[in-house]
Amino acid sequence: MINPHPGLPELQYVKPATLQEASKFLADNAGVAKPYSGGTDSFVRLRDGILKLDYLVDIKGLEGTKELSFDPQKGLTIGAAITMNQVARHPDVLKHYPNLAEAAESVASYQLRNRATIIGNICNASPAGDTIGTCMILDGVLKVHGVDGVRAVSLSSFFLAPGRTVLKPGDVVVAVQLPIPPKGLVGTYKKLGRNRIGDLSIVAVAVLGYPTPESASGYRFRIALASVAPVPFESFKAEGVLSGNKITAELIDEAAGATMDSVTPIDDVRGSARYRKQMVKNLTREALTEVWTKLSK
Amino acid sequence: MTLKTITLTVNDLVETVDVPQNMTLLQMIREKLSLTGTKNGCAAGECGACTVLMNGEPVNSCMVLAAECEGANIVTVEGLAKAGKLSTLQDTIIEAGGVQCGFCTPGMLISATALLKRNPNPTDSEIRSAIVGNLCRCTGYVRIVDAIKMAAK
Repeated sequence: MINPHPGLPELQYVKPATLQEASKFLADNAGVAKPYSGGTDSFVRLRDGILKLDYLVDIKGLEGTKELSFDPQKGLTIGAAITMNQVARHPDVLKHYPNLAEAAESVASYQLRNRATIIGNICNASPAGDTIGTCMILDGVLKVHGVDGVRAVSLSSFFLAPGRTVLKPGDVVVAVQLPIPPKGLVGTYKKLGRNRIGDLSIVAVAVLGYPTPESASGYRFRIALASVAPVPFESFKAEGVLSGNKITAELIDEAAGATMDSVTPIDDVRGSARYRKQMVKNLTREALTEVWTKLSK
Repeated sequence: MTLKTITLTVNDLVETVDVPQNMTLLQMIREKLSLTGTKNGCAAGECGACTVLMNGEPVNSCMVLAAECEGANIVTVEGLAKAGKLSTLQDTIIEAGGVQCGFCTPGMLISATALLKRNPNPTDSEIRSAIVGNLCRCTGYVRIVDAIKMAAK
């Protein structure tokens, strides 16, 4: 339900100078203060009264949040203030992580992507979060600053439920780090919306694949699914199908079918659970076929 | 609630404004600076009627806090015409018949202005992608796309 009133409920805008100050303030005001970067999710929820806050804590000026850099040893670092558009047009992202750029570009509209951030997308923990799956199967690790200092949290263990993560009061996610991608990596992001671009997904599938002697098939595939479970997740079941045998169209079909057993979709305004279950199979097959075609060129 | 005093540039003029801390950039533009070209549509970042340029890039002004705009450079639809002369895009949207009720036009012009700045020769599909976040319920978009193509030439 959209509240057409332009105003926000009464709240204070807080701009801490240091990460320590931010974590302390957030911990002291647990439940009524939230880190604020692009605001594209928070504002809608605040206007609708789903989210009630006394303080928006602007983290955009804090150390490390404006970093967007690639290191040939460490990989890519994306700070919490870095917008979707900044990621999508960065030459190192386009060169080494083109699938992340593709996922980021699928979010809403150009002007919204000038505010929306990758870290915000992750922390909002929506089952439909467009960039979460790709970050997850790229083995993303979050750098979290809390009251007790800095810690690393893997995306594979970050999400608990829709909108809920392992973050504690006082935590500020400073950046996400993506390691160097495996050699020969190709991928794709398939998103089904009610219209072709700009919508939230009914179902979305991110697939990555690369050659590796460690797998009996000679290839490893990573498959992340969105909007078909309480949180975006990696389908190990479908990946397992593809690891032990020679890759064929039949095996891809079997792997796509296996995604249907790993999902627990709901009925909502965007689509029924039954439709989602069918479409996750179709989209996975389409994505795997595309990735396999690229790999076997 | 305590007010916050911010200084920013709006359409090349330096403005100092006292803003409530929960005021959006959209509200400040309309209610404090009386620049009513920028519209409030959905207040959810969906319709794009409130699109303005912030430091050269289009944003939904309903999704930005005025309090965080210290030092920002804002351009609204009122800032597109220079010395009483409409911008090329403003001329072509009239010529192409891309304005009907006019509610989406200010945001549409801002998005299209930003597009032509980063991509002076966009394809049809690039134009349509750039205005995905600007909803028009009158024109069916064809004449708006025509206007942007005419301005690109």
